[in-house]
Amino acid sequence: MPEIRVTPLGAGQDVGRSCILVSIAGKNVMLDCGMHMGFNDDRRFPDFSYITQNGRLTDFLDCVIISHFHLDHCGALPYFSEMVGYDGPIYMTPPTQAICPILLEDYRKIAVDKKGEANFFTSQMIKDCMKKVVAVHLHQTVQVDSELEIKAYYAGHVLGAAMFQIKVGSESVVYTGDYNMTPDRHLGAAWIDRCRPNLLITESTYATTIRDSKRCRERDFLKKVHETVERGGKVLIPVFALGRAQELCILLETFWERMNLKAPIYFSTGLTEKANHYYKLFITWTNQKIRKTFVQRNMFEFKHIKAFDRAFADNPGPMVVFATPGMLHAGQSLQIFRKWAGYEKNMVIMPGYCVQGTVGHKILSGQRKLEMEGRQLEVKMQVEYMSFSAHADAKGIMQLIGQAEPEHVLLVHGEAKKMEFLKQKIEQEFRVSCYMPANGETVTLPTSPSIPVGISLGLLKRETAQGLLPDAKKPRLLQGTLIMKDSNFRLVSSEQALKELGLAEHQLRFTCRVHLHDTRKEQETVMRVYNHLKSILKDRCVQSLPDGSVTVESILIQAAAHSEDPSTKVLLVSWTYQDEELGSYLTSLLKKGLPQAPS
Amino acid sequence: MAAHLKKRVYEEFSKVVQQQQEELTTKKLRLTKPSKSAALHIDLCKATSPADALQYLLQFARKPVEAESVEGVVRILLEHYYKESDASVRLKIASLLGLLSKTSGFSPDCIMDDAINILQNEKSHQVLAQLLDTLLAIGTKLPENQAMQMRLVDVACKHLTDTSHGVRNKCLQLLGNLGSLEKSVTKDADGSAARDVQKTIGDYFSDQDPRVRTAAIKAMLQLHERGLKLHQTIYNQACKLLSDDYEQVRSAAVQLIWVVSQLYPESIVPIPSSNEEIRLVDDAFGKICHMVSDGSWMVRVQAAKLLGSMEQVSSHFLEQTLDKKLMSDLRRKRTAHERAKELYSSGEFSSGRKWGDDAPKEEVDTGAVNLIESGACGAFVHGLEDEMYEVRIAAVEALCMLARSSPAFAEKCLDFLVDMFNDEIEEVRLQSIHTMRKISNNITLREDQLDTVLGVLEDSSRDIREALHELLCCANVSTKEGIHLALVELLKNLAKYPTDRDSIWKCLKFLGSRHPTLVLPLVPELLSTHPFFDTAEPDMDDPAYIAVLVLIFNAAKTCPTMPALFSDHTFRHYAYLRDSLSHLVPALRLPGRKLVSSVPNIMLHEDPSQQFLQQSLERVYGLQHLDPQGTQELLELTIRDLQRLGELQSELAGVADFSATYLQCQLLLIKALQEKLWNVAAPLYLKQSDLASAAAKQIMEETYKMEFLYSGVEHKQVVIVHHMRLQAKALHLIVTARTTRGVDPLFGMCEKFLQEVDFFQRCFIADLPHLQDSFVDKLLDLMPRLMTSKPAEVVKILQTMLRQSTFLQLPLPEQIHKASATIIEPAGESDNPLRFTSGLVVALDVDATLEHVQDPQSTVKVQVLYPDGQAQIIHPKPADFRNPGPGRHRLITQVYLSHTAWTEPCQVEVRLLLAYNTTARIPKSPWVEGGELSPQVETGIEGTIPFSKPVKVYIMPKPARR
Repeated sequence: MPEIRVTPLGAGQDVGRSCILVSIAGKNVMLDCGMHMGFNDDRRFPDFSYITQNGRLTDFLDCVIISHFHLDHCGALPYFSEMVGYDGPIYMTPPTQAICPILLEDYRKIAVDKKGEANFFTSQMIKDCMKKVVAVHLHQTVQVDSELEIKAYYAGHVLGAAMFQIKVGSESVVYTGDYNMTPDRHLGAAWIDRCRPNLLITESTYATTIRDSKRCRERDFLKKVHETVERGGKVLIPVFALGRAQELCILLETFWERMNLKAPIYFSTGLTEKANHYYKLFITWTNQKIRKTFVQRNMFEFKHIKAFDRAFADNPGPMVVFATPGMLHAGQSLQIFRKWAGYEKNMVIMPGYCVQGTVGHKILSGQRKLEMEGRQLEVKMQVEYMSFSAHADAKGIMQLIGQAEPEHVLLVHGEAKKMEFLKQKIEQEFRVSCYMPANGETVTLPTSPSIPVGISLGLLKRETAQGLLPDAKKPRLLQGTLIMKDSNFRLVSSEQALKELGLAEHQLRFTCRVHLHDTRKEQETVMRVYNHLKSILKDRCVQSLPDGSVTVESILIQAAAHSEDPSTKVLLVSWTYQDEELGSYLTSLLKKGLPQAPS
Repeated sequence: MAAHLKKRVYEEFSKVVQQQQEELTTKKLRLTKPSKSAALHIDLCKATSPADALQYLLQFARKPVEAESVEGVVRILLEHYYKESDASVRLKIASLLGLLSKTSGFSPDCIMDDAINILQNEKSHQVLAQLLDTLLAIGTKLPENQAMQMRLVDVACKHLTDTSHGVRNKCLQLLGNLGSLEKSVTKDADGSAARDVQKTIGDYFSDQDPRVRTAAIKAMLQLHERGLKLHQTIYNQACKLLSDDYEQVRSAAVQLIWVVSQLYPESIVPIPSSNEEIRLVDDAFGKICHMVSDGSWMVRVQAAKLLGSMEQVSSHFLEQTLDKKLMSDLRRKRTAHERAKELYSSGEFSSGRKWGDDAPKEEVDTGAVNLIESGACGAFVHGLEDEMYEVRIAAVEALCMLARSSPAFAEKCLDFLVDMFNDEIEEVRLQSIHTMRKISNNITLREDQLDTVLGVLEDSSRDIREALHELLCCANVSTKEGIHLALVELLKNLAKYPTDRDSIWKCLKFLGSRHPTLVLPLVPELLSTHPFFDTAEPDMDDPAYIAVLVLIFNAAKTCPTMPALFSDHTFRHYAYLRDSLSHLVPALRLPGRKLVSSVPNIMLHEDPSQQFLQQSLERVYGLQHLDPQGTQELLELTIRDLQRLGELQSELAGVADFSATYLQCQLLLIKALQEKLWNVAAPLYLKQSDLASAAAKQIMEETYKMEFLYSGVEHKQVVIVHHMRLQAKALHLIVTARTTRGVDPLFGMCEKFLQEVDFFQRCFIADLPHLQDSFVDKLLDLMPRLMTSKPAEVVKILQTMLRQSTFLQLPLPEQIHKASATIIEPAGESDNPLRFTSGLVVALDVDATLEHVQDPQSTVKVQVLYPDGQAQIIHPKPADFRNPGPGRHRLITQVYLSHTAWTEPCQVEVRLLLAYNTTARIPKSPWVEGGELSPQVETGIEGTIPFSKPVKVYIMPKPARR
């Protein structure tokens, strides 16, 4: 029985460390290869030993697909390809390919230089890893090998984020990565055609949330920032260097311009410039507005936003600072947070989701006293949460399922409790089965792949000539010969099959004797049979031949006297295999006997 | 059969040729015509290969064919069709047949039989499709012929089972366009034989080819457009198509559902999987709402647009479209809108600090949450935040239409509209501002909403700002803080963009007059008066101060207690502004002022001024037989009165000006006829004649103005105006006759004049009875004599008749407005010349408002006059005209100037012209087509009237440096 097997190595009932193994029709594909923000030990990377204990991964995986450049989707890639060892192709979209190494390098720096970790991947490894990458453009179908093909769809979320369709023969799986169904200030909405995959693997970060319109969110955000700045407070917005940060930058930039505000906006870390550079380049991946206006002015050329220097954090007066990373678990954002947390005037706005275990998660859940590097820190600044992270909400997920019409749905990248709710909803409303495996748990889906069969034109035409147009609702019986040759199926007419195979045609004839009690002569019996049949089978061609036999179409009926009992006549009915229906009908008719002749 | 047919074709063909030969003998001019079909015949016979034949046909198709030779050509083509074996040539012939049958004046019923015949023997699918197209052309040409249409429908039905989608498409199109309408209604004896076209088409909703499905739906829509009532059963079929894989099918299905919902709004349909039932229109509304989140943006636009016109939908469903049940972690959450509203109503809003916690409230029952409501839930929420601005615009438009029909909904959608003011695309912002203005009668802005609205005032786009000013003109504000906020923001706007001055003043005028009670408590603050101390007198020329005063004075109009708060200088400023900006500052009843008594008299009695107008006009019309001197004086007096009246009363300005112009013409005519010229021998008074001929010219000009510069001029006025013009022409003729020597030129002039008279008679023959005793009346009496007389005699007759003719009374039109234009930009005040390299081009921004101009796109031109007398007329693009309100237009365009080098900076004049075309207004009679006037009809512009004050622009073309 053909089947699709899915095993999440990460992101199974969890957020972070996305890594999902899919085997479909004998092909093994790894979807994403991310790290976990919440852990600093071995658990931060997926357990690749699940795939193989010893030996190269290349032998077991046909390809790796990276959906977008967030570290929880690509953070483990150099480790996986260079340290564990994988030489096969890695597929990602061009923006991801461009931005991914920057983020990896940043991640490496924090881990090695700041935390002093040993046995971490090196810059060279990142470079080597990126050499294995093959770029996939939107809606481009890439043949990985002769059978496996993948295709990318726009996913919103961040620049270059894509959903991937993995297809072998008629079986297919769609992996959404992270996606967003509502457009924002710089990206469009995810879109997929009605591809009807066997399985849709979708993220479910906001499985239990239906969000307000983005306009209210934007206004709220601007209002909060504006008010704090007017009070003279400082605003800290922890972001991931890329993604939401650009949207918020555009938002603040236009607002600053409109309201003519003077307070400085800073963006921490030098990687922004490099990244912004890519944002300017990949205009085709942005939303309608930016695409249409970039000729006049590229929206990513900011006027009010300047680079941040560590010394600025102590400057007096209001300011807005975007700092990385987004969950306040390390780096500059945490440093600034520590400096500003003690003052009531200041504000921290968490614009996205925070993984459990991070400082961001703690303060969002209302904790006001934090233990940090052995010291107690009291948080007096305002803590605001604005759902700006660009994941689809429950409605959006349902919308995507509706668009793609999959046979099965599998939820990843979300919390178990929330998934449970969404799973129930999906099963109830779409009547498709839904799965939510935990990490390391395998889901097996039986599939019934359709087998394409070629039909000869002659046969098809003959069939259509017989009846009316094909009707989708009524199945039709079609007779032909199935030829299987070199794993390729053809349906041809029997004559042609015989010809092709060089076989002679055998005739199959059924002969049946019917005993009839009739004292008359054979000739008269034949005539009675003839008259009888003629009266019943009005629409058939019934003939009496001169040699004393009767034919009904191609069926032959002969009469002979019984050798022992002359009053009994034996009717010999003979028909070919093709006339089976009529032949058996005739015998049953004759067995009932002839009507009494009018005397 | 074929042989017989061929024979018949030949017979008919030869007959046609004979007719043409007859023509040959009678009319030599048309010698070339019959050769058309003959040449084609020869060409086609010559053609050796299909490619050749195709070339000939293509060449042939480039030239038009006259109606009378169409039949011949068709026969030739058909004959060739039978012989042709190449499908592409047959295809071309088939398409030519279709084209030819569309020729006006040709009745295609004679070729239908042949077309149907060849259809039956045709094998190629493409040719079949083309032939069906031809039949469609024939069928639509003969809408009356029922039998033929029935036949065509039969043919179409027969070919519906074709395997090619193209053929099925065409068949469905044919059914849609020709499917019988009456059959289903009358149900006569052979009604059973008649096919049910709807059912036939409906069967193809489930065709395997999406193109055919689309064609089937389109055909159904076509039936509806032609007035056939669609069955309600179609609804269910159409609903199934909403989940089709192809966007064009879904798009068409949405339309069909909309049509059905408009036809049967009140029928009841069951909700699947439950026992409940709802109205069909509600169900359809829900379904279309669902399509607003379709995968294809074309469908989304379609759906969003159609939502707007579903007014019968029940309010419960309507309000759902704005409701998206929010939740967070399975707990119900209120929207930001709800929170803002609550804060506002609890009075907490202004305290500032907290924006309310958006912490989720109660737990949601997991079973009850329905994530993909089939209903209308949140359709507009989705539509308004769609990725494509086309969808957003469509959604805003739909909101507008629905809100206009339902005040409750208007109140609800306000928050969303306000949000749209911050859209990233300007068009969307503009559209939502306009929408808000349109529904502003139904709504009152809350303070927080007003805040967002006013934020847009800083927008750098002028269109947006002005649209917003228009919106504020008719917005209702609920609190005095709101008014204050609006004023402050408007003043900020004024400081930032001084060009918005007029628009802002106007906005404040309406803001003041709409909210007198809210302005009242603000007055001391606004005027910065102090109970004990005198404050400094503000600068009277400060636009901001004027803006404040405009607000206050307009509020004071309906608030008698307000003037008590004014300080002395305010009253002085009032007097000044009332005079200088009378359109912005109303007359006030000020205590203890002399103005009080005089002002209300003008204001309150509008009828007397109307009466005055009537009386003065009647007086003039009554006094025809006074001595010339008296008449002149009276006319002069009346003209003066009317002009003054026009200035005072803006409502009557059009009528007054119009009448004054007419009287002016009459006055000029009388004056001209009073000249001594007439009494004395011509050569002696050459100089004097200047006055008379000048008068003739001026009258001509004025009549053109009367005819084209005013909107709302009716036919009866046009007659009078033309009559006046005729008189002017007569005058001109007489003057010329008097002053020129020799008779030869006069012949031509006389003849021309008589033609004009003839033209007048033919154009206004119906109105002649009204022109009793007039110049024309008399002229026409003497027409036979004039035709035969010599010029000198004609002139003499004309002269006496001009003198004797009575003064025609000008009936006053109901509504008449004078077209006017004001150039706002260039302002013409700059001392800095616009420098550019000579020979190159410089763009000059022109911004003008046009009032009461009909069809400005084709009539308004910009004229540039260079100092050397060179004049240039520029035609602005149609897209340069905007229409901010009824009767008003705005022209924002760029004029390209260029000139050779000057040594000094010089001024060029820019002005607006109104182009006119005399023949356009006159009812067309058939003979005009062939007449001598046709060249003018083609050019379109006969003359121009300047209708704006010229503006001088300083320019300086410098010689190019080499």
